[in-house]
Amino acid sequence: MSEGLGRALKPLPNIVKAEREDPLFKAGDNVKIAMRFPIGHFRVPNYIRGKRGRVEAVIEPPAVNNEDEGFGRNAGVKRHYYRLAIPLTELWPKYGGSSNDGLRIEVFETWLERS
Amino acid sequence: MNPHGHDHARSPDAGDAMPSYYEIMETSVRELLVEKQLISAGEIRRMLEVMDSRTPALGSKLVARAWVDPEFRARLLANGRAACEELGISFFEDTQLIVLENTDKIHNLLVCTLCSCYPREILGLPPDWYKLKPYRVRAVKEPRAVLAEFGTVIPDDVEVRVNDSTAMVRYLVLPQRPPHTENFSEEQLASLVTRDAMIGVARATVP
Repeated sequence: MSEGLGRALKPLPNIVKAEREDPLFKAGDNVKIAMRFPIGHFRVPNYIRGKRGRVEAVIEPPAVNNEDEGFGRNAGVKRHYYRLAIPLTELWPKYGGSSNDGLRIEVFETWLERS
Repeated sequence: MNPHGHDHARSPDAGDAMPSYYEIMETSVRELLVEKQLISAGEIRRMLEVMDSRTPALGSKLVARAWVDPEFRARLLANGRAACEELGISFFEDTQLIVLENTDKIHNLLVCTLCSCYPREILGLPPDWYKLKPYRVRAVKEPRAVLAEFGTVIPDDVEVRVNDSTAMVRYLVLPQRPPHTENFSEEQLASLVTRDAMIGVARATVP
């Protein structure tokens, strides 16, 4: 599905990549969304902060941090978004539907921790 | 009595109500931008034309093509944006498109809990309910109840996947092709694909 989304071409074997050029996480990794509440409008809804999920896909190409951009700051460094799968029972302990039901959402690398 | 001799019930006209705080803010910012010559009134009008040229008919065409052409369907699921561009549906925003296929086992639903992210290139402007808080809050919290209110009851053994659009990615649901449509033309198939089916609050129309 999103697997082939704008996948970058393979660099030559002798090319040394800069830090952050490659995604920090890969499909299947377990992650936790940071529990932070900075002032302003951030693209990580409150209801997923502090929750755990699994990386379903890396979104290519890497993108600037649009939260910094929104405040007129753009360090020029690009990082990846990750498509996360989070069970609805993780978000809402009293969730009444099937335990298979889930959320899919894209989160920028700076909000993710290994879990 | 009005000039042609009978009374009309006075119903409120659009625009009768006082503008809200945010409507006043939008008007003020827009007029300031025009006054300072940062953008022109013509550019704003032009953007409205851009949006008006996008309607759910584009999405219906896309879905019907995916139903009849398995290779196109594979390309659409692999890279939604590239497949749209192949059909002549250009993208005016710097976003990717993930097309989510509904199956016997998975039902996808779209929402933007933060605001109103929507596949505008393919469906045009979102319906009002999509932008209002009740849908945005409830779609991620009790999606099955929301779906039932749209007349879409999802069996317990089908996984409901809520896709919250927050950043660089837009989504479109590829609904299941209804039964008994083997002999339908691509155009007839497109007529079964509603906007709501591509948001995931409904299934494609059963003929």
